[in-house]
Amino acid sequence: MSATDIQNMPAETPWLRYGLVGLIAVALLWSAFSLYMIGQALFGAILLGLAACFVVIFGSERFYGSRFIFPGIAAVVIFIAFPVIYTIWIGFTNYSSFNLLTYERAVEVLTSRGTVDQSTEQPFAVALDGEGYRIWLPESGLLSEPVSLAEEATAALVPAAAPDTLLERRDAIRLREGLGLLTLQTPDGAEIRNAGLRTFASVVPDYVQTGPDELTRRDGTVLTANHATGFFESAAAEQVPPGWRVAIGFDNFERIFTSEGIRGPTLSIFAWTFAFAGLSVLFCFSVGLLLAVILQWEHLRFKPVYRVLLILPYAVPSFISILVFKGLFNQNFGEINLILGTLFGIQPNWFTDATLARVMVVIVNVWLGYPYMMLLAMGFLQAVPEDHKKAAALEGASALRVFFTITLPQIIPPFLPLLIAAFAFNFNNLVLIFLLTRGLPDIPGTVIPAGQTDILASFTYRLAFDNAGQQFGLAGAITLLIFLVVAAISYANFVAMRRAAARRSGVS
Amino acid sequence: MIVERPRDLMVKKILAHGFLLCFLALILFPFLMVLSISFREGNFAVGSLIPEKPTLEHWVLAFGFDYTRADGEVISPPYPVLTWMWNSIKVGVIAGLGVLAIATISAYSFSRIRIRGKAAMLDALFLIQMFPTTLALVAIFAIFDTLGEVSPFLGLDSHVALILIYLSGVTLHIWTIKGYFDSIDRALDNAAAIDGATPWQTFRYVFLPLAVPIMSVVFVLAFIGFINDYPIASVLIRSESQMTLAVGARLYLNEFRYLWGDFAAAAILSGLPITIVFLIAQRYLVRGLSDGAVKG
Repeated sequence: MSATDIQNMPAETPWLRYGLVGLIAVALLWSAFSLYMIGQALFGAILLGLAACFVVIFGSERFYGSRFIFPGIAAVVIFIAFPVIYTIWIGFTNYSSFNLLTYERAVEVLTSRGTVDQSTEQPFAVALDGEGYRIWLPESGLLSEPVSLAEEATAALVPAAAPDTLLERRDAIRLREGLGLLTLQTPDGAEIRNAGLRTFASVVPDYVQTGPDELTRRDGTVLTANHATGFFESAAAEQVPPGWRVAIGFDNFERIFTSEGIRGPTLSIFAWTFAFAGLSVLFCFSVGLLLAVILQWEHLRFKPVYRVLLILPYAVPSFISILVFKGLFNQNFGEINLILGTLFGIQPNWFTDATLARVMVVIVNVWLGYPYMMLLAMGFLQAVPEDHKKAAALEGASALRVFFTITLPQIIPPFLPLLIAAFAFNFNNLVLIFLLTRGLPDIPGTVIPAGQTDILASFTYRLAFDNAGQQFGLAGAITLLIFLVVAAISYANFVAMRRAAARRSGVS
Repeated sequence: MIVERPRDLMVKKILAHGFLLCFLALILFPFLMVLSISFREGNFAVGSLIPEKPTLEHWVLAFGFDYTRADGEVISPPYPVLTWMWNSIKVGVIAGLGVLAIATISAYSFSRIRIRGKAAMLDALFLIQMFPTTLALVAIFAIFDTLGEVSPFLGLDSHVALILIYLSGVTLHIWTIKGYFDSIDRALDNAAAIDGATPWQTFRYVFLPLAVPIMSVVFVLAFIGFINDYPIASVLIRSESQMTLAVGARLYLNEFRYLWGDFAAAAILSGLPITIVFLIAQRYLVRGLSDGAVKG
C-alpha cells in the first residue's frame, strides 16, 4: 500500500515522502493522459481527480488525518460508487452490439472498408531480399522495393526482370498477415493491395469522408452522421452499421414500459424477484429458527455434532453446491429423478416446467441459506431471559404458546436488519439463478432473452453479456430500476438498525 | 411443566433426534451423492446409487493426469482444475491482503482520528455497502475493456483487474474492525500520545499488534468471499487458462459436453479445503456479522 509506505518513512526525511508522492502522482497523470488520448476523457478526468486528491492529502501536513481514510474512500468511490453511476448512465445511451464503438472508431471502420476491383486482379509472388521481401507481379512485370512485412508500409513498384528466388506458394501464404498491411504503388500512380491468397488488386474504398459528419458511398449516396441515433444515415433514412454510442435520453425506459415484448417479461420478472427473495427469506428463517430452537433444548445430546453437520451447506462454496444441484436435478441423467422414478414412477421436468423450475430454485436456495439463519437464531435465542419463559410455563402456557408470545417477539427486532439484508442479498442472488437455471425456461413471446426463473439481476446480466445483442443500454436502464429498489431496502435496513441499536442501548 | 415426567421426556427426545436425523439425511444427500458419483464409471447417472465398479478415473483426471482405461484408451483431463484453483487462491490471497490493509487503516481512522464529516462518511459507507457489485457489472466490463486499450495488464482477462475490483469489498470489513477498535480502552492511545507517538505510530505499534486476531478473521472471510465470487470474475475473465474456480467449474455441466463424473471429483477436490477453512472460521463470521451490523 502506497499510503503505508509513505507513512512508514521516518519523519526527518520529508524529501523522500515528497519524492514518492511525486512519483505516484506522475504515474497517475500519465495514465490519465493515455486514457484521454484514446478518447476516454471521462476515465481520464477521474484519474486526474484521484491524482489531485492524492497530492493534496499526502503532500500537505494539514490533511494528516485524512491520509488514513483516503485509501478506503478512494477504493469505495472508484470501484463501487462510480461503476454503479456509470452503469445507470449507460442506461441513457444506446450502447449495444450495434452501437459499440466511439464515433471516431466507427468512421475509421467504415472508411477502411473496400471492395476489390475484379478487373485489376493479378497474381503475385514473393521474392526474398536479404532480411526483407520483394513482391513480384509476373503479369505486369513489376517488382516492388524491399519491404519488411512487419508493419504497415507503402512501397513503389518498378519494371524489372523476374527475380531468381521466388518463395514457394505455402511459404508466401504464411506471410499473409504482413501482406495485408502492404500497399503497392504502380508506376502510373494506382494503389493496389493484397486481395486474396494469390492476388493483388486495386481496392476501391466503400466510403470516403467528404466532409465533417459526411461520408460518400461508392454508389454516390451521401450519408450524414445522425448524432441522435448514432448511425450514418442516407437521405432515405437507411442506417449503415456499425453505429456509435450516443445518449438517447429516456428511450430505453420507454422501451421497457411501452414495448409489449419487453414490458410483459420485465413485469413478470419483477414480480418473481420479489416473490423469490421473500419466499427464500421466509423459509430460511423458519427452518433455521426451528432447528435453532431444537438445538437449544437442554435435554438434547450430541449438539456439537448436529451443529457442524447442519451448517455444512453453508460451509461448502456455493458455486459448487449450486452446480451439484444442477446435476442432481437434471431431467435425464439426474439422481433425483432416478430416485423419484424408481419410487413413484415420476420424472418431473425440473428445468422446462416454469412452476417446477421456480420450486426447485427456492428449494436449493433454502438449502443454501437456512444454516446462516440458524446460526444467527441460536445467538439471539440465548439472549432471551429464561425467567420469562419459566414464568409463562408456570402459568400453564403450552410450549408453542410460550414460543410465539415470549420468544418470537423478543428476537424479531434484533433479527429485522439481518432479515432485510438477507432479502437484499437474495434480491440480487445472481449466482444461484445463473448457475442453476440460467433463467430458463424462456418466457414465450418475448423479443429479449427473459426466463421464468430470471430475477432482475440475472435478466440484466443476460441482456448485457449473453450473446443476445449485448444490450448494455437496456441493461443499464433495468439496473436503475434495481438500484431504486435496493436503495429503498437499504434505507429500511438503516432505519431498522438504528432502532435496534437504540433499543439495545435503552435496555442496557 | 418445569418438571417433566421421564416418559414424556423420553418421547420428546426420540422425536427430536428422529426429526434431526431425517432432516440431516435430506440435507446431506447431495454430498453423499457427489462422493459416490466421483467414483462411478462414466459421466451419466446409470445403474445404482452406490458405484458397482468403483474407479479412480475422475480423480486422476481432476489432479491433471492422463488416465488409461482398462481397454487401453487414454483420457486427458478435460479442464485445468489445478490451474483454476491456483488462480483462485492467488487472486483471493492478494485481494484479501489488500482489503485487510485498507480496512484496518480505515477502521482505525474511523475509530480514533478526528476528521470532519466522519459520521456522514460512516453512514454513506453503510448505505453503499448494501449495493451489490452486480449492479455495476456493465460499467465494470466497459471500464476494463477501455483500460485494456491502454495496457492489456489492466484489461479484460487480467487478474490485476479482478483484484482491483475486489478491493471495493472493504466496506463490511471496515465495520467489523472498527467495532473491535471501538472496544479498545482510550487510555491506551492517551498513554501513547503522552509518550509522543504520532497517530501513525500509535496505529503501527499499539493498535496493529492488538488487532491481529480480528485481522486474521477478516482475512479469511474476505478470502472466502473472493473465492466464491462468480459474477465479477465471469464478466472480466474469458480465457480458460485465466479462469478462477468459480467461473471454470460451470464448464463441466455444459449441455453439449456433460461431464458429471469429472465434475464430482473436481468439486470435492476444490471444495474440501475451502469448506474446512470455513468451518474453522464460521464462529467468528457470525459474531462479526451480527456485531458489525448492529454497532453504530
